[in-house]
Order: sequence, then structure tokens, then C-alpha cells
Amino acid sequence: MKKLIEIVKLKKDYFVGEVTVHALRGVDMVVNEGEFVAIMGASGSGKSTMLNIIGCLDKPTSGEYILDGIGISALSRNELSSLRNRKLGFVFQTYNLLPRTNALDNVELPLMYNSSVKSKERRERALAALESVGLSDRIHHKPNQLSGGQQQRVAIARSLVNDPVVILADEATGNLDTRTSYEIMALFQELNRKGKTIVFVTHETDIARCATRNVIFKDGVILREYEVKDRINAIEMLASIPEAD
Amino acid sequence: MSIKNLLKIAMNALLRNKLRAFLTMLGIIIGVASVIAMLGIGQGSKLSIQQQIAGMGLNLVTVVPGSQQRGGVQFGASTMQSLKESDVAAILSDCPAVLAATPEVRGNGQAVFGALNWPTSLYGENESYLQIRERTVESGRMFTYQELNGAAKVCLLGKTVVKNLFGEGADPVGQVIRFKKIPFQVIGVLGSKGLNTFGQDQDDLILAPFTTVQKRVLAITWVQSIYTSAVDSKSTDAAQTQIEETVRRVHKIRASDQNDFTIRNQTELLSTFSSVSDILTVLLGAIAGISLLVGGIGIMNIMYVSVTERTREIGLRMAIGGKGFDILLQFLTESILLSITGGVIGILLGIAASKIIGSAMSWPIVVLPSSEILSFAVCTVIGIFFGWYPARKAASLDPIDALRYE
Repeated sequence: MKKLIEIVKLKKDYFVGEVTVHALRGVDMVVNEGEFVAIMGASGSGKSTMLNIIGCLDKPTSGEYILDGIGISALSRNELSSLRNRKLGFVFQTYNLLPRTNALDNVELPLMYNSSVKSKERRERALAALESVGLSDRIHHKPNQLSGGQQQRVAIARSLVNDPVVILADEATGNLDTRTSYEIMALFQELNRKGKTIVFVTHETDIARCATRNVIFKDGVILREYEVKDRINAIEMLASIPEAD
Repeated sequence: MSIKNLLKIAMNALLRNKLRAFLTMLGIIIGVASVIAMLGIGQGSKLSIQQQIAGMGLNLVTVVPGSQQRGGVQFGASTMQSLKESDVAAILSDCPAVLAATPEVRGNGQAVFGALNWPTSLYGENESYLQIRERTVESGRMFTYQELNGAAKVCLLGKTVVKNLFGEGADPVGQVIRFKKIPFQVIGVLGSKGLNTFGQDQDDLILAPFTTVQKRVLAITWVQSIYTSAVDSKSTDAAQTQIEETVRRVHKIRASDQNDFTIRNQTELLSTFSSVSDILTVLLGAIAGISLLVGGIGIMNIMYVSVTERTREIGLRMAIGGKGFDILLQFLTESILLSITGGVIGILLGIAASKIIGSAMSWPIVVLPSSEILSFAVCTVIGIFFGWYPARKAASLDPIDALRYE
């Protein structure tokens, strides 16, 4: 199985004034193609730092990070931008959709930064991405005309539109109620079933059980990591939750 | 990122805040409009002065007597009686740059017709007067060479004189008026010329042959001034030099002595007044330019607010692949769009305002294409200059911090 993410002896220090904060103290981690990994941990455990580094938003202090065969340590800021644009998809807790901009334009956004994609193709791919998250009938809605769950679906469509090798989700269900959370997890599971690799940061144990593998961080190191035995099927879970009136 | 995408993103961002974009542009609009209008007014006043000075005569070069001096005491300009009719003949024969010349004598007095009278000036000129002073005969005719030679008691009246002696619209041709008790037959009426730059009524005059006025009315031997026309506008300086040489020779002035006459040409007058209106234009333009500058600062202010307000958007754009340069260009494009759109609206508004001011104050307003191009260029520069710092601030944000910004 192909290693998409390979992290070796990764350390990350922050310098806050004169104090050095060791956010990550030597992490080894591998994510294979087709995996659905949930990263868990208390706040301050280093999981967000881990996600920032996996997302190429931050560079490690030491250690190796190889994303889809590319070592990122040697890359410049601009090269990292291009790498994010071509290989990664981001889903945030707060959706981060452009306000007063319709769903279609929001989803098209990553492709705007890819000059090899022409406007016609951009539109087609955005429409396809919105269809895959079940929002074909909402393409001209603006974020304030959509529910939280729908906004997160738009954000997921946006993360899909550039056909990334990995989708990174940071507390993607953190702002949603339980039922909507499982709807979003059902969507992630479906995408995973179609072959998408997903790395998902959460602090909710139940949500983490939707993934195929859990990685638990504590104090900047991996405390435990295990394959999820009793995996939750989000669609089945949804059926057991009464619909809100 | 392609320019098309860049423009689209910038347009979308501006359209998300239509009112704010408009208010930001308003500073530029007002600035540019006032620059255009002020420069228009300045240029217009210059043109109006130029027209009026040009209207005094065709490429006019004037010779007046010098100031009299007795025992070291100066008696003021044009007090000498040094100019003679023979000077005119010499100028005409010896100065190739002079097209035409007329002596002038004038006297003030009361013109009388029947029961009506009117204080006015009687001008004695030769037959070249109409050409030199760019005047027309509206009805009747100009006096002839024979009448000039024979000192005939004929005259042409200005409109103001006609109005006061004969009433509005009356035709005085053929009537006889008296000036200082001397009867003159009216042979024509001069076309109206209105007020000159100095507020003088140019229609308040009686025109008669030079000889008649000099000998019969004033009984003098000298002439009060000589008006000449240079062959074209470029040769007024040449004409001035030639006239000076000629008159000095005729007056037998030694090389070491000063002129007993003074020569002025229109170009000097023109440059004096033009420099006044140039200063006016610069002043008005500078004041308007300051408002343009304030407009630019308004853009900078709003762009800073916009960058802060859209920190998370910037973070997101960076996370999904926007490079620092892309973000810089995006905000720069926004500020340039704002300033250029404002500039175009301002130019249109400025032209409209100029037209309105022009028609309301019956001033000629000249909107030069150069001031439009200049305003447009200034707007672009303002957009780049005042957009640069906010845009650079946006581009230098750290995506992680920006994404977490509350």
C-alpha cells in the first residue's frame, strides 16, 4: 500500500518570548492511501500543530515529512502554496467560506489559484464537487442562506475540487449538532469508500470511531495508535438518532 | 494567477461591500472632479484673457511717446509729443514685419445730436484701423482715403454712442452729429465689441479720419500713439525691433541716448496675464490635488480595514494555495480598481461640473485632454501607492494565525 504521508522523528518548537515550547517532540507517523485517520488528543497535545505541518502550513523544526513522495523541508513558501493547491484539501471547524459569495464560487476558489485550469473546466469541476456532497440544488445559495451542515458540505466540496491526495479536516464537526455531525461523517466515510485519504482531527471519541484508525496525541508525542475495531457506520448511526423537529 | 481571475476576485470582493466601495471611491471622485473642474476654470480664464487681449488688435505692436523729463523731473508716461505722422510712413516703408500701421489721436468731449448728448471719446485713425484693431463696420461704410486726405468731417459711431444719441436700434447713417461744436456726418456704425479685459466699453467711441481729428478738433501736430499689426503672430518681436530701429533713426536718436518712445507688443501683455492665470490654475489645481490626496488616504484606510476584517479570508486563500504574491496582487487590484473607477467617474463628473459652471457663469471652460489623462494616471498611481502597504500587510500574514484570527 502506498505511503501518502510519511513522518519521521518530527519535532516542532515554538519560541514564545524567551520560552521554548516543544509542541511536537519526535513523532513518527505514516498514513497510507485510502486510510481514514482520526487524530485525537486534549488541547495542547500537539494535534493541531501536527495537522498544520501535515497541511504544509508550517514547517517542522527537525525531522522529515514526505507528502506523496515530496520532501517538504526544502520547499519555499511559494512552493508550499503550490503543493497545498495541488495535493491537499482543507476543511475547517468554522467552514471559512467567503461571505456573500455563492456556493459555486466558493468551491471554485482553489482552482482560481491553479492557472492550468480554465474557467469552463473550473465550473464543471465545482459543479461535480457540489454534486458529490449532495448540494446540486444549492449552488447559487450564499453561506448565510445555508445551514451549518450545508456550509460544511460546501467547504468539503471546496476541499475536493482540486482532487487532492489527502483531505485534512480540523474539528470539522466541532460547530455542528450530533445529527449533522454524523451526516458530515457519513459524507467523509462515503468519500473514503471511494478512495479518498482523510486525516481528521477531533476530540470527540464517537466521531473518531467513524475513522479506520485512531492516533492519540499527548504532550507532543503519539500516546497510542490503533485500528478501529468497532467502527461506527455514520449512516446507521443517523438512523438511530431521532430527527430534530 | 491570470489577470482575468485576479480582476474577477477583486470585483467580487468589492461588490460584497458595495456601499463601502462607493464611499471609498467618493473621495477619489470628488478629488478628480475638482481637479478637472479647477483646471478647466483656470485654463478657461487664461483663454478668455488671451481672447480679449488678442481682440484688442491683430498681432498688435503699439508705439507711444516716452515720458517727458524736465530738470530731472519725470512727467509720466506718454507725455512727450515726440511721435509724428511721418513716423507712421517710415514704419510702413522700412519695417517688413509690419503689415499695417495707423496713427491715433483722441479727444474726449460731448457728442450732441438734437436734444440728446453723450460724453465719449473721438478717435482719429487712418483707413487701416479696422484691420489692425479687428473691428467691423455694421452698417454704412468706412471713410475713404480721399476723406482721410481731405480731413473730411465724417465719422463712424460705436454702438453705445448710437444708443445714447439715437436710441436703441436706430440707424444714424446720414445724420449729422456735433462733437465739440464741430459737425460730423455719420457714415457708418461700428460692429459691437463689448467690454475689454479692463472693463472698458469698446463701443463707446466715435471714429473719424486721423487728419480731421488732429487738425480740426485737437489742433495738434503730434500723434498720441501708433498702432501697427505684425504680419503674423510670430513676428511681433521682429516687428518691435524693426520699429524701434526705424523710429530711432527718424528721430535721430544717438546710440547713447534713450528712446523718446515706448513700444509694447501683445505678446508681452499676453505673457503677463497668462502668468497670472497660470498661477491661478496652479493654485486651484493644488487645492483640488490635496482633496485627491485625501481621497487616496481614504482608500488606504479602507484597504487596511479590509485587510484586518478579511484576515480569515486571507488565511483561507493561502491555505488553499494562494501565494503571498497572489494576495498582494488581489488587494492591489482592489485598490487600483477603486481608484480607477473613482477616477473615471470623477473625470466625467468634472467635465459635467465644468460645463455647468461654464454656462452658469458664462465663462469659457477648457477641459484639456491632458488634464484628463493626468488625473487618470494620478489615480492609478494613487491606487498602487496607497494600496501597496495594506496589500503587503495582507501578503505577509501567516496562514495559520490568519485562519485562527477572531
